[in-house]
Order: sequence, then C-alpha cells, then structure tokens
Amino acid sequence: MSTPEPHQDWAEVQAGAEFTELRRRLRVFVFPMTALFLLWYLVYVLLADYAHGFMSTKLVGDINVALVLGLGQFASTFAITALYVRYANRKLDPLATKLRADLEGAGE
Amino acid sequence: MTVRAAGVTGNSPALNIAIFAAFVAITLVVVFRASRNTKTAADYYAAGRSFTGPQNGVAIAGDYLSAASFLGIAGAIALNGYDGFLYSIGFLVAWLVALLLVAELLRNTGKYTMGDVLAFRMRQRPVRAAAATSTMVVSFFYLLAQMAGAGGLVALLLGITTKTGQSVVIAVVGVIMIVYVLVGGMKGTTWVQIIKAALLITGALAMTVWVLAKFGFNLSSLLGAAVDAGGASGEALLNPGKQYGGSETSKLDFVSLGLALVLGTAGLPHILMRFYTVPTAREARRSVVWAIVLIGVFYLFTLVLGYGAGAIVGPDAIRNAPGKANSAAPLLAEALGGPVLLGFIAAVAFATILAVVAGLTITASASFAHDIYANVIKKGQVDDKDAEVRVARITAVVIGVVAIVGGIVANGQNIAFLVALAFAVAASANLPTILFSLFWKRFNTSGALWSTYGGLASSIVLIVFSPAVSGKPAGAATPSMVQGVDFHWFPLENPGIVSIPLAFFLGWLGTVLSKERQDDKYAEMEVRALTGVGAEKAVAH
Repeated sequence: MSTPEPHQDWAEVQAGAEFTELRRRLRVFVFPMTALFLLWYLVYVLLADYAHGFMSTKLVGDINVALVLGLGQFASTFAITALYVRYANRKLDPLATKLRADLEGAGE
Repeated sequence: MTVRAAGVTGNSPALNIAIFAAFVAITLVVVFRASRNTKTAADYYAAGRSFTGPQNGVAIAGDYLSAASFLGIAGAIALNGYDGFLYSIGFLVAWLVALLLVAELLRNTGKYTMGDVLAFRMRQRPVRAAAATSTMVVSFFYLLAQMAGAGGLVALLLGITTKTGQSVVIAVVGVIMIVYVLVGGMKGTTWVQIIKAALLITGALAMTVWVLAKFGFNLSSLLGAAVDAGGASGEALLNPGKQYGGSETSKLDFVSLGLALVLGTAGLPHILMRFYTVPTAREARRSVVWAIVLIGVFYLFTLVLGYGAGAIVGPDAIRNAPGKANSAAPLLAEALGGPVLLGFIAAVAFATILAVVAGLTITASASFAHDIYANVIKKGQVDDKDAEVRVARITAVVIGVVAIVGGIVANGQNIAFLVALAFAVAASANLPTILFSLFWKRFNTSGALWSTYGGLASSIVLIVFSPAVSGKPAGAATPSMVQGVDFHWFPLENPGIVSIPLAFFLGWLGTVLSKERQDDKYAEMEVRALTGVGAEKAVAH
C-alpha cells in the first residue's frame, strides 16, 4: 500500500455502531433498488418477448406501448441514478468521511 | 440503389482517409504529451488516478460505445425495428449494477486490476491466476469482435474489397493502437477515448437533430415514414418480435441475451479498470453518472438514427449495400450531409474501433503484468516496479499483434456473436465472483475459483456447441461460424440463462465445501470498501 497507515483492528471497527449504521444505510438502499430495477427490466423483456399483441397497441399516432415502455426503461435508469446520488451524498458520504477521518487519524 | 463494389455510393475514400488521418494526428500529439508524465506503475495502469469523475465518465462512454453499438444498433433498428432497440436498453440498464453495487467498492479496495479485488482476502496466487485468465478471455473475444468489424468497415467506407487490402488496413489500425498504448499508457488511452466519445456523440447528435427536423420534430411522423418505407412488412418495425419472435427457442434465446447484457457490463474488465483512474470513490460514482447520461442519450440518438435510416435510405438500399446492416448509419449520413458528413462519420467509426481496442489492450496487458507476472510468477516480490511496467508494455505489443492476426483471420465472421460471447463470459465468470467477494463474508478462495472457472468453462462450452458456431446454413440470416459440419446440441446462441445462475451456484457450493474462513480479512476489506480508508490516492506530479 502506498499510503502509510496505522495498524487497525478491523474486526472491531467492523462491529462498531457507526460502521454498522453505514453498512445498513448502504444495503437498505442498493439491495432493494437492484431487485426493483432487475425485476422491472425482466418484466419488460418478457413482455417484449411474449406479449406482442399488448406491446403493439398504439397509443398516439405511431407510438405504441412497446416504445413507451422502452423509453420508460431509460427514464427509470436516469431516475434511479439521480435518487442514488442524492441518497449517497446525504446519507452515505458524511458517515463514510467521518469514519475514514477517525481511522486515518487514529495512529497519529 | 445498385450494389457497388466500390462501397457506398457518393463515398469519397480519399476524404474519409483524410479526416481519419487528422484524428490520428491530433490524438498522437495528445498521447505524446500525456506520456511525459507516465513514469510509475500507477501512471501507466491508472493514469496516476488523476482524472476527474466527468472526464472519466466521458472516457467510459468512449470505451463502452463500440462500433458494434453505433453501426450495429442503428442498423439493427433500421432493418429489424424495435428488436434492435432492445439491445440498447440492456446495455444501458446494466450500468445500474455498476453504479449501485460495484464501482465505488471496487475503487476503494483495488489498485489496478479486477484481480486486486477478487484476491483481496483470498489466497493470492490461484485467485489472481483465475482473475487474469478470465480478464484475458473476455478482452480477447471483445478485441476480436472489434478487429473483425474493422474489416467490414474498410470494405464499406474506403472501398477496399480485396481481403489483402483489408488485412493491410487492419494491420495499420492495430499498429496505431499499439503506439497509443505503449507511449501514452492509461493516460494517453483515456484521452483518445475522451476525444472519440466527444466526436461520436456530437456527430450522432447532429444527425439526430437533422433527421428529426426533416419530420417536423415529430417522432410519430418519423416512425410512420419508416413504416411506409418498409413496405409490406413495415408495420412490424414498430413492434417487438421481428427478429426474435420466430420460435419458442428464439424467444428463450432473447431472454438469455437480455440477462447477459444486463449482468455483463459490470463484469467487463476494461470497464472495471477505468474506475481506478479517478482519485476517490466519490469520483468513481460521478464517473458512472456521467457515463449513464452520455450512454443513455447516445442510445436515444441511435433510435432516431435507426428509424431515420429506415425512412430516408430505405431497408432495401441498406440490405443491398456492402456491410448490410452496418451501413445504415453511414448511408444516412451520406443522404443527409453528402460526402463530408459521411467522411466524418466514417472517421468516427474508425476512431471508435481504435479507442475501444486500445482500452482492451491496456487492460489485458495490465492484468498479465500485475496479476500473473508480479503476483503469481514473482509472488508479489517485484523489487523494481519498472520491471512490471516493462512486462505490461511487452504484453501490450504481443496482444496487439495477436489482435491484428485474429482480426485478419476473423474478418467477415459474425461479430455480434463474439460481442455476445464476451458479455456472457463476463456475466458468468466475473460478476458472481465480484459480488460474492464484496458482499458475502463466508466467500473464500475455493468459491472464487469455482465461480470464475465454472462460469468461464460453462459459457464457453455452451457457445462452442451452440448454433452460433455450427449447424446453421450459410444462407441463414446469421450463419454459423463453422460451415459444413454440425456438432451443436445446445439450442440457444447465448449461454447466459444457464451459465450465469450456474456460476452463482458454483460460487456458493465451492465456498461451503471448503473450511477456509477469512473473517478478519473480510472485516478489513469491508471497512476499506465502505469508508475508503487507505485507498490508493492520486499521484501528484
């Protein structure tokens, strides 16, 4: 490692209240969100694959359900990205920065 | 339009070459300037970790948007309509896996390669050897697809139809790429990717606005015109199923492809390596955000360009042009802006191949030098970091030569299947191992080896015995790679639906069958991953 760093009792840090809270905050967001977008993607793929009649229903002019749902995948991807960035900035970064400062300052 | 041996009608090879030569000249100057600060291993592999998130995001877009996604998807939409669009959705949604689960944690725990993360708490040598093997296999197939595509592009854009002439151009492309990588290292490669991404996205934006303007900025009118131009089967362009809806097997194949696309991206080693070029995990996150926006917007452009090519150029003209579907975007450029716009788009397509191939080469060579040479052969005891970088440079030349030869041999092959193979192998061999290693405390060396080698072997074996390799006649829409013999027994062209769950299962099985536990190392890895403690910092020059 190029960064000189104090010896840490990693297991102790890992079991600590602040770290447990950081891990909880990360997992409580990313796991359900991953399940959600994968499920939504899978539903979309299966619809495109097996429900041609439904997907071919025209809504406005030549714009059909398939196109709207496809563009919906773009919209949901952009929306989840924005939500995660907001969440990380507010809930993850401050705690991670504090923990890191505590740990890197510990050996000085 | 009639089929012309000299390539696309209205094409001016001299103009195309001149614009491409200008791109090469400019990028070479940039690469030589970047090389002045390339001294250490961190400089060579990770550009001194000095790029900002936005810069890296643009470079990721440049690394990810290959000629296959530009020419291939626009062409697929022009000819197969909606089914072509489905590819781009898989390629885009996949980035959420990288954003939420992989990018930041990987940046905090690794230094240069995917092997750094996988081997963090495992026995170093076997896991690094596995990570390097899978990195090189994925990169090789991806590389082959790009180089084989170059041959088709040459025929299309420069009017060179003889195999010998195409081989010379493939060799020239390969040599320029080797110079970029050798001289500029990761920093030079990154700048090439940034310049290429800017040109590609600007060009696509200009064409998109142009196409939309022709239809009064009304998407429905554009779709209607594409339907009219498509004749009797035009209506089918708007609906899913034109390409994959034929039989139950092809429908299942599409699900399998969809899985590989969405899970493959976050396992592509050349994408993972880009996260080491920024100073912090926060910048890695910003990189992915920029990449998602740019890649998403670009795929929206290709939707317009694909239907635009169908409406303005017409599917018959595209089908009859040399290069078939791949010629949709160049033909559209020619129809809109004449030879100058065509020359620009042609040059951008070449620049795309160069930038992607350079990224793949530096990744594969870094993995060999850092994982195999420094850690497996020298057991982590490399006294002189210069020796490791020297090995990386030599490997880059070897890979470059292999890519040239492979590109010449594979010229004319079905490149879509090579790209799908790279994604399927990445999703099977790499992603399960990465996720287990980052999130599962119990995961151990045995599990990592089982999931990596199991995913690698199952995906490759299934592909070898799939209809993509043998069994489909030369007259089929996508003929098999090998003609005259039929040894296929796996019904699907894409192995993902079997090999990805199998690799996750093997990772679990291998883990519980071994008694090894590394709880302390996992504690260290998890704390580092989440907080960024002791993460590699930017190199100051």
